[in-house]
Amino acid sequence: MDATQLPGPGMVTTTAEIGVLRARQVAASVVDPEIPVLSVADLGILRDVEVEDGRLRVTITPTYSGCPAMRQIEDDLRLALGAAGFDEVEVRMVHSPAWSSDWITPEGRRKLASFGIAPPGPMDDVLCPRCDSDSPRMVARFGSTACKALMVCSACGEPFDHFKEF
Amino acid sequence: MSPSPLGAPTPDPGDRVTFLLAHADDNMVLAQRLGEWISKAPELEEDIALGNIALDHLGVARALYTHAGEVEGLGRTEDDLAMRRSERDFMSALLVEQPNGDFAHTMVRALFFDAYQVELWADLADSVDPTLAGIAARALKEARYHLRHSSAWVVRLGDGTGESHRRAQDAVGALWRYTAELFEGDADSYRSGWQKRIVEVLDEADLIIPDDPYQRSGGRRGFHSEHLGHLLAEMQWMQRSYPGLEW
Repeated sequence: MDATQLPGPGMVTTTAEIGVLRARQVAASVVDPEIPVLSVADLGILRDVEVEDGRLRVTITPTYSGCPAMRQIEDDLRLALGAAGFDEVEVRMVHSPAWSSDWITPEGRRKLASFGIAPPGPMDDVLCPRCDSDSPRMVARFGSTACKALMVCSACGEPFDHFKEF
Repeated sequence: MSPSPLGAPTPDPGDRVTFLLAHADDNMVLAQRLGEWISKAPELEEDIALGNIALDHLGVARALYTHAGEVEGLGRTEDDLAMRRSERDFMSALLVEQPNGDFAHTMVRALFFDAYQVELWADLADSVDPTLAGIAARALKEARYHLRHSSAWVVRLGDGTGESHRRAQDAVGALWRYTAELFEGDADSYRSGWQKRIVEVLDEADLIIPDDPYQRSGGRRGFHSEHLGHLLAEMQWMQRSYPGLEW
């Protein structure tokens, strides 16, 4: 089931299932500490939320190897679920299959652009998130975080981050 | 495991935990080396790039150490494996422990290693071990990104001024002897792809491969150059002085 799916008519039958659905909602709303407009669901890293032997288990997939935010996201998931009444929470990191920037949802892409970060895509298709000009140029392939490159718009002259296509 | 002249067991490269640890060690040691550039790189963008690449290698090392610990099943964590193994237990290749030298040295070392990692991860992305395959699939994309960076710099330096050419050629001469070790044993199948790539870049950079056939070896069996001990002394100092310390 999709991690962001909400309870709908005819779906919910037991208290335990309601609990899992609530936990999914809470987990899905945790945001990336580096790019706070994106939730873990938008990023596509929330793989599963399930209950096993009374314990809640949240499965996530790391993004870039060098992303220091992953540890923070693990802690934030535990905190958010703890605040929602889930005391026994295990956050599990699964490496396979490897995350790809293609897993960022369409909603996530819109949020990135509105936040001033060009969403992932082939270099030739990158648009300036401020003026939509299609002629930005690369300044530095390695930017302020592991996931971003620094570009500058040739039309409006503003620098901006591009979320790397991965 | 067989006994070694130094008393410590020589790891069996066919062993799965040893295999994972050797690659974790490569990434850990190189991350530490690249981290030494932070605040000292030739320009701000490069400082950030080297820091980013170091973090990628550190992330790969952490994932591999964690996985090695799980496969081993003795309860050793990533921290135990990175911070509480001695020099003789590290199975990293001699190439990655070589000092940064000047910027040309660092970039030539990166070129040799990045091109190797592209071959390695492309192969391991098809591993029957799904965790290793996932780590490799992600690291492959990163290694290609790193290789583009190191290749561009080696060409710029080799095909640049007289001074930058001389330094880049010195680096190729000094580091070439640590490359054959990367292709020992089963890794031999990576050699032809690696050589093709390296020759392309060096040709474009107007740099030549040294005549001297001498090659060093030993890192994968735990026999290191003098440099690794110093690196580990600094890296492990905190855990050695205050065992079990946590942030």
